[in-house]
Amino acid sequence: MPKAHVYKRNHINTDEIIPARYLNTDNVAELAKHCLEDLDPGFVKKCAPGDVIVAGDDFGCGSSREHAVWAIQGAKVGAVIAHSFARIFYRNCINGGFYPIELPGALEKIRDGDELEIDYEAGTIRNKTQNTTIRFTPLPDFALAILRDGGLLEHIKKKEKEKRENVR
Amino acid sequence: MGMTITEKILARAAGKPSVKAGDLINAKIDLIMCHDVTTPPAVSMLKKHGIDRVFDPDKIVVTPDHFQPAKDIPSAELHKRLDRWAREKNIRYYYPLGRAGVCHALLPEQGHIRPGEVIVGGDSHTCTYGAFAAFSTGIGSTDLAAAIATGMLWFKVPASMKFVLTGTLGHGVCSKDLILEVIRRIGTDGALYRAMEFVGPALQQMSMEARMTITNMAIEAGGKSGIIGFDETTRAYLKGRLKGKTDYTVFESDPDAEYISTETIDCSKLEPMVAFPHLPSNGRPISECAGLPMDQAYIGSCTNGRIEDMRQAAAVMKGRTVRIRTVVVPATPHIWKQMIDEGLAQIFYDAGCVISAPTCGACLGGFMGILAEGERCISTTNRNFVGRMGHPKSEVYLAGPAAAAASAVEGKLADPRKYL
Repeated sequence: MPKAHVYKRNHINTDEIIPARYLNTDNVAELAKHCLEDLDPGFVKKCAPGDVIVAGDDFGCGSSREHAVWAIQGAKVGAVIAHSFARIFYRNCINGGFYPIELPGALEKIRDGDELEIDYEAGTIRNKTQNTTIRFTPLPDFALAILRDGGLLEHIKKKEKEKRENVR
Repeated sequence: MGMTITEKILARAAGKPSVKAGDLINAKIDLIMCHDVTTPPAVSMLKKHGIDRVFDPDKIVVTPDHFQPAKDIPSAELHKRLDRWAREKNIRYYYPLGRAGVCHALLPEQGHIRPGEVIVGGDSHTCTYGAFAAFSTGIGSTDLAAAIATGMLWFKVPASMKFVLTGTLGHGVCSKDLILEVIRRIGTDGALYRAMEFVGPALQQMSMEARMTITNMAIEAGGKSGIIGFDETTRAYLKGRLKGKTDYTVFESDPDAEYISTETIDCSKLEPMVAFPHLPSNGRPISECAGLPMDQAYIGSCTNGRIEDMRQAAAVMKGRTVRIRTVVVPATPHIWKQMIDEGLAQIFYDAGCVISAPTCGACLGGFMGILAEGERCISTTNRNFVGRMGHPKSEVYLAGPAAAAASAVEGKLADPRKYL
Protein backbone atom coordinates (compact mmCIF):
# COMPACT_ATOMS: atom_id res chain seq x y z
CA MET A 1 0.00 0.00 0.00
CA PRO A 2 1.46 3.41 -0.99
CA LYS A 3 2.68 5.46 1.94
CA ALA A 4 2.77 9.22 2.34
CA HIS A 5 6.09 11.03 2.75
CA VAL A 6 5.03 14.34 4.23
CA TYR A 7 7.21 17.45 4.00
CA LYS A 8 5.75 20.32 6.03
CA ARG A 9 7.30 22.88 3.77
CA ASN A 10 6.21 25.47 1.25
CA HIS A 11 8.26 26.38 -1.85
CA ILE A 12 10.02 23.02 -2.27
CA ASN A 13 11.96 24.03 -5.35
CA THR A 14 13.44 22.24 -8.33
CA ASP A 15 16.97 22.72 -6.95
CA GLU A 16 15.95 20.60 -3.96
CA ILE A 17 14.11 18.07 -6.13
CA ILE A 18 17.05 17.59 -8.48
CA PRO A 19 20.15 19.73 -7.81
CA ALA A 20 21.76 21.33 -10.87
CA ARG A 21 24.96 19.38 -10.25
CA TYR A 22 23.12 16.43 -11.79
CA LEU A 23 21.71 18.31 -14.78
CA ASN A 24 24.61 17.28 -16.97
CA THR A 25 22.55 14.21 -17.84
CA ASP A 26 18.96 13.50 -18.83
CA ASN A 27 19.26 9.79 -18.00
CA VAL A 28 16.19 9.12 -15.86
CA ALA A 29 17.74 6.26 -13.86
CA GLU A 30 20.67 8.52 -12.96
CA LEU A 31 18.40 11.45 -12.03
CA ALA A 32 16.19 9.15 -9.93
CA LYS A 33 19.12 8.32 -7.63
CA HIS A 34 19.21 11.97 -6.54
CA CYS A 35 15.49 12.67 -6.23
CA LEU A 36 14.86 15.19 -3.38
CA GLU A 37 18.52 14.89 -2.40
CA ASP A 38 18.95 18.42 -1.03
CA LEU A 39 15.63 18.27 0.83
CA ASP A 40 15.87 14.78 2.30
CA PRO A 41 18.99 12.78 1.42
CA GLY A 42 17.30 9.58 2.69
CA PHE A 43 14.25 9.88 0.43
CA VAL A 44 15.23 7.54 -2.41
CA LYS A 45 16.06 4.73 0.03
CA LYS A 46 12.80 4.92 1.92
CA CYS A 47 10.51 5.52 -1.08
CA ALA A 48 8.76 2.34 -2.19
CA PRO A 49 7.20 2.19 -5.68
CA GLY A 50 3.91 4.04 -5.69
CA ASP A 51 4.61 6.10 -2.56
CA VAL A 52 3.29 9.64 -2.41
CA ILE A 53 5.01 12.96 -1.70
CA VAL A 54 2.87 15.42 0.27
CA ALA A 55 3.85 19.09 0.65
CA GLY A 56 2.56 22.63 1.13
CA ASP A 57 2.34 25.63 -1.20
CA ASP A 58 4.17 26.26 -4.45
CA PHE A 59 5.70 22.81 -4.95
CA GLY A 60 8.25 22.72 -7.79
CA CYS A 61 9.05 26.43 -7.94
CA GLY A 62 12.21 27.66 -9.59
CA SER A 63 13.84 26.30 -12.69
CA SER A 64 11.96 24.96 -15.74
CA ARG A 65 14.02 21.74 -15.61
CA GLU A 66 11.71 18.86 -16.44
CA HIS A 67 14.47 16.76 -14.88
CA ALA A 68 12.59 17.38 -11.60
CA VAL A 69 9.54 15.50 -12.89
CA TRP A 70 11.73 12.78 -14.43
CA ALA A 71 13.60 12.30 -11.14
CA ILE A 72 10.28 11.88 -9.31
CA GLN A 73 8.90 9.53 -11.96
CA GLY A 74 12.21 7.61 -12.06
CA ALA A 75 12.14 7.17 -8.27
CA LYS A 76 8.76 5.44 -8.84
CA VAL A 77 6.85 8.04 -6.85
CA GLY A 78 3.16 7.40 -7.47
CA ALA A 79 1.87 10.92 -6.95
CA VAL A 80 2.67 14.35 -5.59
CA ILE A 81 -0.02 16.00 -3.49
CA ALA A 82 0.52 19.67 -2.64
CA HIS A 83 -1.47 22.70 -1.56
CA SER A 84 -0.43 24.32 -4.82
CA PHE A 85 2.13 23.88 -7.59
CA ALA A 86 4.49 26.25 -9.36
CA ARG A 87 3.32 26.84 -12.92
CA ILE A 88 6.11 25.35 -15.03
CA PHE A 89 6.45 22.26 -12.83
CA TYR A 90 2.68 21.71 -13.02
CA ARG A 91 2.74 21.92 -16.82
CA ASN A 92 5.76 19.63 -17.00
CA CYS A 93 3.90 17.03 -14.91
CA ILE A 94 0.89 16.99 -17.23
CA ASN A 95 3.09 17.02 -20.33
CA GLY A 96 4.97 14.01 -18.99
CA GLY A 97 1.81 12.08 -18.12
CA PHE A 98 2.18 12.56 -14.35
CA TYR A 99 -0.87 13.70 -12.38
CA PRO A 100 -0.18 16.64 -9.97
CA ILE A 101 -2.82 16.56 -7.23
CA GLU A 102 -3.69 20.01 -5.95
CA LEU A 103 -5.17 19.74 -2.46
CA PRO A 104 -5.39 22.79 -0.20
CA GLY A 105 -4.98 21.68 3.42
CA ALA A 106 -3.18 18.45 2.45
CA LEU A 107 -0.74 18.86 5.34
CA GLU A 108 -3.61 18.77 7.85
CA LYS A 109 -5.31 15.80 6.23
CA ILE A 110 -2.36 13.52 5.65
CA ARG A 111 0.31 12.48 8.17
CA ASP A 112 3.72 11.05 7.44
CA GLY A 113 3.42 7.30 6.93
CA ASP A 114 -0.33 7.30 6.24
CA GLU A 115 -1.42 4.67 3.74
CA LEU A 116 -3.20 6.22 0.78
CA GLU A 117 -5.28 4.97 -2.12
CA ILE A 118 -5.88 7.45 -4.92
CA ASP A 119 -8.77 7.24 -7.38
CA TYR A 120 -7.93 9.71 -10.14
CA GLU A 121 -11.18 9.28 -12.04
CA ALA A 122 -13.33 9.85 -8.94
CA GLY A 123 -11.02 12.55 -7.58
CA THR A 124 -10.69 10.93 -4.16
CA ILE A 125 -7.86 9.98 -1.83
CA ARG A 126 -8.69 7.21 0.62
CA ASN A 127 -6.58 7.65 3.76
CA LYS A 128 -6.59 4.07 5.09
CA THR A 129 -4.64 4.92 8.23
CA GLN A 130 -7.02 7.65 9.36
CA ASN A 131 -10.04 6.02 7.77
CA THR A 132 -11.03 9.17 5.90
CA THR A 133 -11.86 10.00 2.30
CA ILE A 134 -10.50 13.25 0.90
CA ARG A 135 -11.86 14.82 -2.27
CA PHE A 136 -9.69 16.78 -4.68
CA THR A 137 -10.67 18.76 -7.76
CA PRO A 138 -9.80 16.73 -10.84
CA LEU A 139 -7.70 18.34 -13.57
CA PRO A 140 -9.56 20.22 -16.32
CA ASP A 141 -10.63 18.18 -19.34
CA PHE A 142 -7.90 19.36 -21.71
CA ALA A 143 -5.23 18.33 -19.19
CA LEU A 144 -6.94 14.98 -18.61
CA ALA A 145 -6.95 14.42 -22.37
CA ILE A 146 -3.17 14.90 -22.44
CA LEU A 147 -2.72 12.58 -19.44
CA ARG A 148 -4.95 9.88 -20.96
CA ASP A 149 -2.82 9.89 -24.10
CA GLY A 150 0.29 9.47 -21.95
CA GLY A 151 1.72 12.97 -22.33
CA LEU A 152 1.80 15.99 -24.64
CA LEU A 153 3.82 14.54 -27.50
CA GLU A 154 1.65 11.39 -27.66
CA HIS A 155 -1.37 13.69 -27.58
CA ILE A 156 -0.03 15.80 -30.46
CA LYS A 157 0.76 12.68 -32.48
CA LYS A 158 -2.75 11.37 -31.96
CA LYS A 159 -4.31 14.71 -32.95
CA GLU A 160 -2.16 14.92 -36.08
CA LYS A 161 -3.13 11.39 -37.05
CA GLU A 162 -6.83 12.17 -36.57
CA LYS A 163 -6.44 15.29 -38.72
CA ARG A 164 -4.78 13.31 -41.51
CA GLU A 165 -7.48 10.68 -41.41
CA ASN A 166 -10.22 13.32 -41.53
CA VAL A 167 -8.63 14.87 -44.62
CA ARG A 168 -8.74 11.48 -46.33
CA MET B 1 -13.76 45.97 -21.11
CA GLY B 2 -10.33 46.75 -22.54
CA MET B 3 -7.42 44.37 -22.77
CA THR B 4 -4.00 44.31 -21.14
CA ILE B 5 -0.88 44.27 -23.31
CA THR B 6 -0.50 40.58 -22.45
CA GLU B 7 -4.06 39.79 -23.56
CA LYS B 8 -3.55 41.70 -26.82
CA ILE B 9 -0.33 39.87 -27.67
CA LEU B 10 -1.90 36.49 -26.89
CA ALA B 11 -5.08 37.34 -28.84
CA ARG B 12 -3.00 38.13 -31.91
CA ALA B 13 -1.03 34.89 -31.48
CA ALA B 14 -4.26 32.91 -31.11
CA GLY B 15 -5.80 34.57 -34.17
CA LYS B 16 -8.68 35.97 -32.14
CA PRO B 17 -10.04 39.53 -31.92
CA SER B 18 -9.88 39.37 -28.13
CA VAL B 19 -9.09 37.10 -25.21
CA LYS B 20 -9.53 37.50 -21.48
CA ALA B 21 -7.76 36.13 -18.41
CA GLY B 22 -8.59 32.46 -17.91
CA ASP B 23 -9.21 31.68 -21.60
CA LEU B 24 -7.47 28.60 -22.94
CA ILE B 25 -5.79 29.38 -26.24
CA ASN B 26 -3.59 27.73 -28.79
CA ALA B 27 -0.93 30.31 -29.61
CA LYS B 28 1.43 30.65 -32.54
CA ILE B 29 5.01 30.86 -31.31
CA ASP B 30 7.20 33.55 -32.86
CA LEU B 31 10.55 32.60 -31.34
CA ILE B 32 12.01 29.68 -29.40
CA MET B 33 15.14 29.86 -27.24
CA CYS B 34 17.15 26.64 -26.90
CA HIS B 35 20.09 25.89 -24.57
CA ASP B 36 22.26 22.98 -23.52
CA VAL B 37 20.32 21.59 -20.53
CA THR B 38 16.69 21.37 -21.66
CA THR B 39 16.99 21.18 -25.46
CA PRO B 40 18.96 17.90 -25.90
CA PRO B 41 16.23 15.97 -24.01
CA ALA B 42 13.55 17.73 -26.12
CA VAL B 43 15.32 16.67 -29.31
CA SER B 44 15.61 13.08 -28.04
CA MET B 45 11.88 13.06 -27.28
CA LEU B 46 11.03 14.25 -30.79
CA LYS B 47 13.19 11.51 -32.30
CA LYS B 48 11.64 8.90 -30.01
CA HIS B 49 8.12 9.94 -31.00
CA GLY B 50 8.91 10.04 -34.71
CA ILE B 51 8.21 13.78 -35.01
CA ASP B 52 11.81 14.84 -35.50
CA ARG B 53 11.12 18.11 -37.30
CA VAL B 54 11.55 21.85 -36.86
CA PHE B 55 8.58 24.14 -37.56
CA ASP B 56 10.83 26.96 -38.77
CA PRO B 57 14.65 26.93 -38.55
CA ASP B 58 14.68 30.75 -38.72
CA LYS B 59 12.59 31.12 -35.56
CA ILE B 60 14.79 29.13 -33.22
CA VAL B 61 17.85 30.55 -31.49
CA VAL B 62 20.34 28.06 -30.06
CA THR B 63 23.13 28.77 -27.61
CA PRO B 64 24.85 26.50 -25.12
CA ASP B 65 25.23 28.43 -21.87
CA HIS B 66 24.65 26.52 -18.64
CA PHE B 67 27.73 24.32 -18.72
CA GLN B 68 29.72 25.96 -21.51
CA PRO B 69 32.62 25.58 -22.16
CA ALA B 70 31.82 21.93 -21.33
CA LYS B 71 32.61 21.39 -17.65
CA ASP B 72 32.81 17.60 -17.77
CA ILE B 73 32.19 14.62 -20.04
CA PRO B 74 28.40 14.40 -19.56
CA SER B 75 27.96 18.12 -20.35
CA ALA B 76 30.24 17.72 -23.38
CA GLU B 77 27.84 15.02 -24.54
CA LEU B 78 24.90 17.41 -24.10
CA HIS B 79 26.75 20.01 -26.18
CA LYS B 80 27.50 17.42 -28.85
CA ARG B 81 23.81 16.52 -29.09
CA LEU B 82 22.80 20.21 -29.25
CA ASP B 83 25.46 20.99 -31.86
CA ARG B 84 24.55 18.05 -34.11
CA TRP B 85 20.88 18.86 -34.00
CA ALA B 86 21.38 22.59 -34.68
CA ARG B 87 23.56 21.83 -37.71
CA GLU B 88 21.38 19.00 -39.00
CA LYS B 89 18.25 21.18 -38.84
CA ASN B 90 20.02 24.23 -40.34
CA ILE B 91 19.09 26.40 -37.38
CA ARG B 92 19.79 29.87 -38.72
CA TYR B 93 20.75 31.49 -35.45
CA TYR B 94 23.08 29.05 -33.73
CA TYR B 95 25.73 30.52 -31.46
CA PRO B 96 28.46 27.94 -30.87
CA LEU B 97 31.27 28.33 -28.32
CA GLY B 98 33.04 31.62 -28.93
CA ARG B 99 29.78 33.36 -29.85
CA ALA B 100 27.61 31.59 -27.26
CA GLY B 101 26.49 33.45 -24.16
CA VAL B 102 24.01 33.39 -21.32
CA CYS B 103 20.80 33.05 -23.33
CA HIS B 104 18.77 35.86 -21.79
CA ALA B 105 21.58 38.36 -22.26
CA LEU B 106 22.53 37.06 -25.71
CA LEU B 107 19.16 37.02 -27.49
CA PRO B 108 18.27 40.68 -26.83
CA GLU B 109 21.85 41.82 -27.46
CA GLN B 110 21.97 40.02 -30.80
CA GLY B 111 18.62 41.44 -31.91
CA HIS B 112 16.33 38.43 -31.68
CA ILE B 113 13.69 39.92 -29.40
CA ARG B 114 10.84 41.86 -31.01
CA PRO B 115 7.94 43.63 -29.29
CA GLY B 116 4.51 42.09 -29.64
CA GLU B 117 5.79 38.56 -30.17
CA VAL B 118 5.18 35.33 -28.27
CA ILE B 119 8.50 33.90 -27.15
CA VAL B 120 9.14 30.67 -25.28
CA GLY B 121 12.36 29.09 -24.08
CA GLY B 122 13.44 26.00 -22.23
CA ASP B 123 14.49 28.05 -19.24
CA SER B 124 12.47 29.62 -16.44
CA HIS B 125 14.10 33.03 -16.88
CA THR B 126 12.75 33.35 -20.42
CA CYS B 127 10.39 35.91 -18.85
CA THR B 128 13.32 38.36 -19.24
CA TYR B 129 12.27 39.24 -22.82
CA GLY B 130 9.06 40.80 -21.54
CA ALA B 131 11.17 43.96 -21.04
CA PHE B 132 10.66 44.44 -24.81
CA ALA B 133 6.83 44.53 -24.66
CA ALA B 134 6.69 40.86 -25.71
CA PHE B 135 4.93 37.91 -24.08
CA SER B 136 7.66 35.57 -23.00
CA THR B 137 7.64 32.57 -20.71
CA GLY B 138 9.73 29.59 -19.64
CA ILE B 139 8.78 26.03 -20.48
CA GLY B 140 10.09 22.51 -19.85
CA SER B 141 11.52 20.07 -22.37
CA THR B 142 8.26 18.46 -23.50
CA ASP B 143 6.64 21.83 -24.22
CA LEU B 144 9.86 22.82 -25.93
CA ALA B 145 9.72 19.71 -28.11
CA ALA B 146 6.08 20.45 -28.99
CA ALA B 147 6.91 24.07 -29.84
CA ILE B 148 9.92 23.09 -31.97
CA ALA B 149 7.88 20.59 -33.99
CA THR B 150 4.58 22.45 -34.33
CA GLY B 151 5.25 26.15 -33.66
CA MET B 152 2.19 26.14 -31.40
CA LEU B 153 1.56 25.83 -27.64
CA TRP B 154 -1.52 25.97 -25.45
CA PHE B 155 -1.71 28.68 -22.80
CA LYS B 156 -4.16 29.83 -20.21
CA VAL B 157 -4.32 33.60 -20.60
CA PRO B 158 -2.91 34.96 -17.34
CA ALA B 159 -4.57 37.61 -15.22
CA SER B 160 -2.30 40.66 -14.90
CA MET B 161 -0.95 42.33 -11.78
CA LYS B 162 0.02 45.96 -12.17
CA PHE B 163 3.12 47.34 -10.49
CA VAL B 164 3.30 51.13 -10.64
CA LEU B 165 6.87 52.35 -10.25
CA THR B 166 7.00 55.96 -9.10
CA GLY B 167 9.79 58.28 -8.00
CA THR B 168 13.40 57.73 -9.04
CA LEU B 169 16.00 55.23 -7.94
CA GLY B 170 18.48 56.90 -5.64
CA HIS B 171 22.24 57.08 -6.25
CA GLY B 172 23.70 53.59 -5.92
CA VAL B 173 20.27 51.91 -5.98
CA CYS B 174 19.52 49.73 -8.99
CA SER B 175 16.63 47.88 -10.60
CA LYS B 176 17.70 44.66 -8.83
CA ASP B 177 16.88 46.35 -5.54
CA LEU B 178 13.47 47.24 -6.91
CA ILE B 179 12.57 43.72 -8.02
CA LEU B 180 13.88 42.25 -4.74
CA GLU B 181 11.54 44.67 -2.96
CA VAL B 182 8.60 43.59 -5.16
CA ILE B 183 9.29 39.91 -4.39
CA ARG B 184 9.71 40.69 -0.70
CA ARG B 185 6.26 42.27 -0.71
CA ILE B 186 4.33 39.63 -2.63
CA GLY B 187 6.33 36.47 -1.88
CA THR B 188 7.78 33.79 -4.14
CA ASP B 189 4.32 32.66 -5.21
CA GLY B 190 2.67 36.07 -5.03
CA ALA B 191 2.35 36.21 -8.82
CA LEU B 192 1.70 32.50 -9.42
CA TYR B 193 0.11 32.06 -12.89
CA ARG B 194 0.02 35.85 -13.34
CA ALA B 195 1.54 38.31 -15.77
CA MET B 196 3.45 41.02 -13.89
CA GLU B 197 3.07 44.30 -15.74
CA PHE B 198 5.43 47.08 -14.73
CA VAL B 199 4.41 50.64 -15.50
CA GLY B 200 5.11 54.13 -14.20
CA PRO B 201 7.43 57.10 -14.51
CA ALA B 202 10.42 55.44 -12.79
CA LEU B 203 10.87 53.23 -15.86
CA GLN B 204 11.71 56.23 -18.01
CA GLN B 205 15.17 56.52 -16.46
CA MET B 206 15.87 52.82 -16.74
CA SER B 207 17.91 51.37 -19.59
CA MET B 208 16.85 48.16 -21.34
CA GLU B 209 19.51 46.38 -19.28
CA ALA B 210 17.98 47.63 -16.03
CA ARG B 211 14.49 46.68 -17.22
CA MET B 212 15.60 43.18 -18.14
CA THR B 213 16.76 42.63 -14.56
CA ILE B 214 13.20 43.37 -13.44
CA THR B 215 11.34 41.10 -15.88
CA ASN B 216 14.03 38.42 -15.44
CA MET B 217 12.97 37.89 -11.85
CA ALA B 218 9.20 37.72 -12.46
CA ILE B 219 9.55 33.93 -12.15
CA GLU B 220 11.00 34.44 -8.65
CA ALA B 221 7.54 35.68 -7.66
CA GLY B 222 5.98 32.70 -9.43
CA GLY B 223 4.93 34.82 -12.42
CA LYS B 224 4.16 33.36 -15.81
CA SER B 225 5.60 36.45 -17.43
CA GLY B 226 6.84 39.94 -16.71
CA ILE B 227 6.18 42.76 -19.14
CA ILE B 228 7.13 46.40 -19.67
CA GLY B 229 5.55 48.60 -22.33
CA PHE B 230 7.29 49.98 -25.39
CA ASP B 231 8.83 53.46 -25.33
CA GLU B 232 11.65 55.50 -26.82
CA THR B 233 14.26 53.55 -24.85
CA THR B 234 12.98 50.30 -26.38
CA ARG B 235 12.93 51.82 -29.86
CA ALA B 236 16.48 53.16 -29.53
CA TYR B 237 17.80 49.79 -28.29
CA LEU B 238 16.20 47.88 -31.16
CA LYS B 239 17.23 50.30 -33.91
CA GLY B 240 19.82 48.71 -36.20
CA ARG B 241 20.02 45.65 -33.95
CA LEU B 242 17.18 43.39 -35.08
CA LYS B 243 18.12 40.30 -37.06
CA GLY B 244 15.84 38.95 -39.78
CA LYS B 245 12.49 40.70 -39.59
CA THR B 246 12.99 44.33 -38.58
CA ASP B 247 9.35 45.36 -38.25
CA TYR B 248 7.26 44.66 -35.18
CA THR B 249 3.89 45.44 -33.63
CA VAL B 250 3.59 47.59 -30.55
CA PHE B 251 0.73 46.72 -28.21
CA GLU B 252 -0.37 48.79 -25.24
CA SER B 253 -2.70 48.10 -22.34
CA ASP B 254 -6.08 49.80 -22.65
CA PRO B 255 -6.92 52.36 -19.95
CA ASP B 256 -9.87 50.20 -18.89
CA ALA B 257 -7.97 46.90 -18.95
CA GLU B 258 -8.62 44.65 -15.99
CA TYR B 259 -5.98 43.96 -13.34
CA ILE B 260 -6.26 41.51 -10.48
CA SER B 261 -4.22 43.83 -8.25
CA THR B 262 -2.26 47.08 -8.31
CA GLU B 263 0.80 47.75 -6.20
CA THR B 264 2.70 51.03 -6.10
CA ILE B 265 6.40 51.17 -5.34
CA ASP B 266 8.06 54.49 -4.64
CA CYS B 267 11.56 53.96 -6.02
CA SER B 268 12.87 57.03 -4.16
CA LYS B 269 12.39 55.19 -0.88
CA LEU B 270 14.41 52.12 -1.84
CA GLU B 271 17.89 51.37 -0.65
CA PRO B 272 20.24 48.59 -1.79
CA MET B 273 18.67 45.23 -0.92
CA VAL B 274 20.07 41.83 -0.02
CA ALA B 275 17.88 38.71 -0.20
CA PHE B 276 18.89 36.30 2.55
CA PRO B 277 18.88 32.51 2.25
CA HIS B 278 16.94 30.54 1.18
CA LEU B 279 14.27 32.47 -0.70
CA PRO B 280 14.45 35.48 -3.05
CA SER B 281 11.62 36.99 -0.98
CA ASN B 282 13.88 37.33 2.07
CA GLY B 283 15.02 40.81 1.05
CA ARG B 284 16.45 43.19 3.65
CA PRO B 285 17.68 46.76 3.21
CA ILE B 286 21.47 46.91 3.39
CA SER B 287 21.30 49.26 6.39
CA GLU B 288 19.83 46.39 8.40
CA CYS B 289 22.31 43.71 7.42
CA ALA B 290 25.69 45.28 6.55
CA GLY B 291 28.67 43.61 8.21
CA LEU B 292 27.78 39.93 7.76
CA PRO B 293 31.02 38.16 6.65
CA MET B 294 31.09 36.62 3.15
CA ASP B 295 33.45 34.07 1.56
CA GLN B 296 32.84 34.80 -2.12
CA ALA B 297 31.32 37.37 -4.43
CA TYR B 298 29.81 36.41 -7.79
CA ILE B 299 29.01 39.02 -10.43
CA GLY B 300 27.25 37.70 -13.51
CA SER B 301 24.19 35.70 -14.75
CA CYS B 302 21.12 36.46 -16.86
CA THR B 303 19.96 38.78 -14.09
CA ASN B 304 23.03 40.99 -13.72
CA GLY B 305 25.78 39.94 -16.13
CA ARG B 306 25.28 42.72 -18.69
CA ILE B 307 27.67 45.55 -19.49
CA GLU B 308 25.81 48.05 -17.32
CA ASP B 309 26.16 45.67 -14.36
CA MET B 310 29.87 45.30 -15.04
CA ARG B 311 30.21 49.09 -15.14
CA GLN B 312 28.45 49.41 -11.78
CA ALA B 313 30.67 46.76 -10.18
CA ALA B 314 33.82 48.29 -11.68
CA ALA B 315 32.87 51.77 -10.43
CA VAL B 316 32.98 50.40 -6.89
CA MET B 317 36.14 48.34 -7.37
CA LYS B 318 38.21 50.95 -9.18
CA GLY B 319 41.39 51.55 -7.22
CA ARG B 320 40.38 49.02 -4.55
CA THR B 321 41.13 45.38 -3.91
CA VAL B 322 38.79 42.58 -2.96
CA ARG B 323 39.11 40.78 0.37
CA ILE B 324 37.28 37.62 -0.69
CA ARG B 325 37.48 35.53 -3.85
CA THR B 326 35.47 37.29 -6.51
CA VAL B 327 34.23 35.77 -9.75
CA VAL B 328 33.23 38.09 -12.59
CA VAL B 329 31.28 36.46 -15.42
CA PRO B 330 30.38 38.63 -18.42
CA ALA B 331 27.21 37.13 -19.86
CA THR B 332 28.14 37.22 -23.55
CA PRO B 333 31.33 37.38 -25.68
CA HIS B 334 30.36 40.91 -26.72
CA ILE B 335 30.14 42.02 -23.08
CA TRP B 336 33.46 40.26 -22.42
CA LYS B 337 35.06 42.33 -25.20
CA GLN B 338 33.36 45.53 -24.07
CA MET B 339 34.82 44.94 -20.59
CA ILE B 340 38.28 44.93 -22.10
CA ASP B 341 37.64 47.88 -24.44
CA GLU B 342 36.23 50.03 -21.63
CA GLY B 343 39.04 49.16 -19.21
CA LEU B 344 36.73 47.30 -16.83
CA ALA B 345 38.72 44.07 -17.16
CA GLN B 346 41.79 45.97 -16.00
CA ILE B 347 39.92 47.27 -12.96
CA PHE B 348 38.71 43.77 -12.05
CA TYR B 349 42.20 42.35 -12.55
CA ASP B 350 43.77 45.07 -10.41
CA ALA B 351 41.16 44.44 -7.71
CA GLY B 352 42.08 40.76 -7.63
CA CYS B 353 39.00 39.24 -9.29
CA VAL B 354 38.95 36.26 -11.61
CA ILE B 355 37.19 36.83 -14.94
CA SER B 356 35.48 33.83 -16.50
CA ALA B 357 34.23 33.08 -20.00
CA PRO B 358 30.51 33.70 -20.57
CA THR B 359 28.52 30.93 -18.85
CA CYS B 360 25.65 30.40 -16.42
CA GLY B 361 28.39 28.79 -14.37
CA ALA B 362 28.03 28.88 -10.63
CA CYS B 363 24.67 30.71 -10.59
CA LEU B 364 23.01 27.30 -10.63
CA GLY B 365 25.86 25.42 -9.00
CA GLY B 366 27.26 24.27 -12.34
CA PHE B 367 30.92 25.26 -12.14
CA MET B 368 33.23 28.34 -12.01
CA GLY B 369 32.79 29.27 -8.37
CA ILE B 370 31.06 26.46 -6.47
CA LEU B 371 30.67 26.94 -2.73
CA ALA B 372 32.00 24.62 -0.02
CA GLU B 373 30.12 23.60 3.12
CA GLY B 374 29.23 26.55 5.30
CA GLU B 375 30.39 29.20 2.84
CA ARG B 376 28.48 32.38 2.09
CA CYS B 377 28.34 34.09 -1.28
CA ILE B 378 27.06 37.54 -2.19
CA SER B 379 25.73 37.07 -5.68
CA THR B 380 24.10 39.13 -8.42
CA THR B 381 22.10 36.07 -9.52
CA ASN B 382 18.42 35.26 -9.06
CA ARG B 383 17.99 32.30 -6.70
CA ASN B 384 19.28 31.57 -3.22
CA PHE B 385 17.63 28.18 -2.69
CA VAL B 386 19.30 25.48 -0.58
CA GLY B 387 22.39 24.23 -2.42
CA ARG B 388 21.82 26.55 -5.37
CA MET B 389 25.51 27.45 -5.81
CA GLY B 390 27.12 24.39 -4.31
CA HIS B 391 27.08 22.55 -1.00
CA PRO B 392 23.59 22.15 0.51
CA LYS B 393 24.95 23.88 3.61
CA SER B 394 26.30 26.90 1.72
CA GLU B 395 24.40 30.18 1.59
CA VAL B 396 23.59 32.61 -1.22
CA TYR B 397 22.80 36.30 -0.64
CA LEU B 398 21.24 38.04 -3.64
CA ALA B 399 22.06 41.66 -4.43
CA GLY B 400 22.79 44.12 -7.23
CA PRO B 401 26.25 44.42 -8.84
CA ALA B 402 27.39 47.48 -6.89
CA ALA B 403 26.43 45.90 -3.56
CA ALA B 404 28.19 42.67 -4.53
CA ALA B 405 31.32 44.65 -5.47
CA ALA B 406 31.24 46.65 -2.23
CA SER B 407 30.83 43.42 -0.25
CA ALA B 408 33.77 41.93 -2.15
CA VAL B 409 35.91 44.94 -1.20
CA GLU B 410 34.98 44.68 2.48
CA GLY B 411 34.65 40.91 2.72
CA LYS B 412 31.24 41.37 4.29
CA LEU B 413 27.82 42.69 3.28
CA ALA B 414 28.38 46.36 2.48
CA ASP B 415 26.48 49.41 1.31
CA PRO B 416 27.81 50.38 -2.14
CA ARG B 417 26.70 54.00 -1.87
CA LYS B 418 29.77 55.05 0.09
CA TYR B 419 31.97 53.96 -2.84
CA LEU B 420 30.00 55.67 -5.59
